[in-house]
Amino acid sequence: MEKFETFTGTVCPLDRSNVDTDAIIPKQFLKSIKRSGFGPNLFDEWRYLDHGEPGMDNSKRPLNPEFVLNDSRYQGAQVLLTRENFGCGSSREHAPWALEDYGFRVIIAPSYADIFFNNCFKNGILPVVLDEKIVDELFAQASLEQALSLTVDLQQQQLVVGDAAPIPFEVDPFRKHCLLNGLDDIGLTLQHVDLIKAYEARRADEAPWLFS
Amino acid sequence: MSAKTLYDKLWESHLVRTDEDGTALIYIDRHLVHEVTSPQAFEGLRLAGRKPWRTEANLATPDHNVPTTERSGGVSTIVDPVSRLQVETLDQNCRDFAITEFEMLDPRQGIVHVIGPEQGATLPGMTVVCGDSHTSTHGAMGALAFGIGTSEVEHVLATQCLIQKKSKSMQVRVDGPVAAGVTAKDIVLAIIGKIGTAGGTGYAIEFAGDAIEALSIEGRLTLCNMAIEAGARAGFVAVDQKTIDYVKGRPYAPQGDDWDKAVAYWQTLHTDPGAEFDKVVILDGAAIKPQVTWGTSPEMVVGVDQAVPDPADEADKVKADGMRRALEYMGLEAGTPIQDIAVDKVFIGSCTNSRIEDLRAAAQVAKGQQVASNVKLALIVPGSGLVKAQAEQEGLDKIFVEAGFEWREPGCSMCLAMNADRLESGERCASTSNRNFEGRQGQGGRTHLVSPAMAAAAAIHGHFVEI
Repeated sequence: MEKFETFTGTVCPLDRSNVDTDAIIPKQFLKSIKRSGFGPNLFDEWRYLDHGEPGMDNSKRPLNPEFVLNDSRYQGAQVLLTRENFGCGSSREHAPWALEDYGFRVIIAPSYADIFFNNCFKNGILPVVLDEKIVDELFAQASLEQALSLTVDLQQQQLVVGDAAPIPFEVDPFRKHCLLNGLDDIGLTLQHVDLIKAYEARRADEAPWLFS
Repeated sequence: MSAKTLYDKLWESHLVRTDEDGTALIYIDRHLVHEVTSPQAFEGLRLAGRKPWRTEANLATPDHNVPTTERSGGVSTIVDPVSRLQVETLDQNCRDFAITEFEMLDPRQGIVHVIGPEQGATLPGMTVVCGDSHTSTHGAMGALAFGIGTSEVEHVLATQCLIQKKSKSMQVRVDGPVAAGVTAKDIVLAIIGKIGTAGGTGYAIEFAGDAIEALSIEGRLTLCNMAIEAGARAGFVAVDQKTIDYVKGRPYAPQGDDWDKAVAYWQTLHTDPGAEFDKVVILDGAAIKPQVTWGTSPEMVVGVDQAVPDPADEADKVKADGMRRALEYMGLEAGTPIQDIAVDKVFIGSCTNSRIEDLRAAAQVAKGQQVASNVKLALIVPGSGLVKAQAEQEGLDKIFVEAGFEWREPGCSMCLAMNADRLESGERCASTSNRNFEGRQGQGGRTHLVSPAMAAAAAIHGHFVEI
């Protein structure tokens, strides 16, 4: 996983609550056995006017001009601003894969579904939780004629918009450490091989049926 | 010793290590695997030169992509080449890593969340994970079961552990009894209607109360299945005699001395008197009616005797906007009585409602009746090959076929329409599945979540009715 470094990017405002992972990446694209290439089908049913299937040339499909991702102001956006309970539903990691493949590095919302939230960190995406009032203010700014640009500083745990006071955010220290250093969870866990084996020995004694 | 919740007991018995900040490494007893969320995990394992930590802790089956029509030719009968490759990839990965798989033609094949309990592969007191959010289902056995993403699938394969933080605890108590005709599905939809689809976010939910105790294990599986639709990764029910009776004699269940030891341990798997929860929610079972969802989120649900709600009555602007968008997508007007809503298709199946008890309930309604002329397709998709065989032994298949339903092969089917079973744009479906999201059952499809008995009744009458 790549290290998460401070960057400044455009904010794309997706003004919906309860956006589910079926909407983020529809089921027909889950048939892939790869983990890359999902970006062109991110929000497929909202983004295009026709029905998408794997293998189509997405550059030739009719775009939905009403959908925010197709707005010229937000091209190349790296920050997705959205509403409560983002990423609810299915556990498909294809959702963060699609967001990451499209170019999103950070999501800002008042709340997330647990599995999605967890999956983001495994893929170098930072999901930021902010108070609903601050999210409302960011929506107002992001919807102006001039797109909103924002600096994300994970080390300092803050978002910076122009000269305004930085907006602080919370993040789990372990997850922050992993993101900043691009650490692979499996490698970290395998440092504890002896503890895992000791647990298994103890448990096999207490509950032998689990190991028979 | 202080009083503990069931969640405390399940959590503590699986701790390998804990950091100062509460980040823990927990041991996973059972890992269930299906074709959609595993290929990238096996690929990761190969790229890193790793092997599964404990091969026998894994059990795999293809379910999402499999056709439900005639398929005796096996994998080659999957028409869509991309779907076929995904199932073939699972078969190959399981062969390469010596993981037990119930392949497409195995009589034990089925939806992963149906076959786990059916085989005794998910047992009380276990930690159970799968790359699928409906893994919460297995909590019905008194297990800590939750869905994970593909990175975590790889992590479990490689280490038999997961890095987790303990959730907060919530007790949802349904004081009973519930009225006749009110099923586990209605109870869980009523719970989601009350606490909302994010109400359980950050919590592990223990379902309790007389109405829950009165449920069969099949009913509890339906209940825990939809904990995730209330935002909770895990939902569970304490072990009681029904749980133990259900497990006894199943292929993967302990035997002999191990059985006695296991039962003694399982009998401790309940919340101690006086233990405290971070949150308690109480529902009056008697007030729960058969439920029908009207919108595009499982929390958009009302009793069958009610009408589609009006966004104008909702004070929260974001919520009211969501309701308007849902009504437009669903092609419904506020104020329409639920019983005036006609359906085009009916789907009885999914990891929520495809067990033998569900099929019996639907058959009881369908017996001697005919599917209404406005219903284009009424599908019955059993949850596993063994459920199908049991139903056929009881003659349920004949009841369905005579009434005009289609009797299919087991799989996930129209719950998420990854195979050929799906809604066309604008079609309306009474479905026993778990998600009514936009496009879930096919692009533009309109889903109403209901119990098996309600789905069967909607097929017969052509619209929702009091049952």
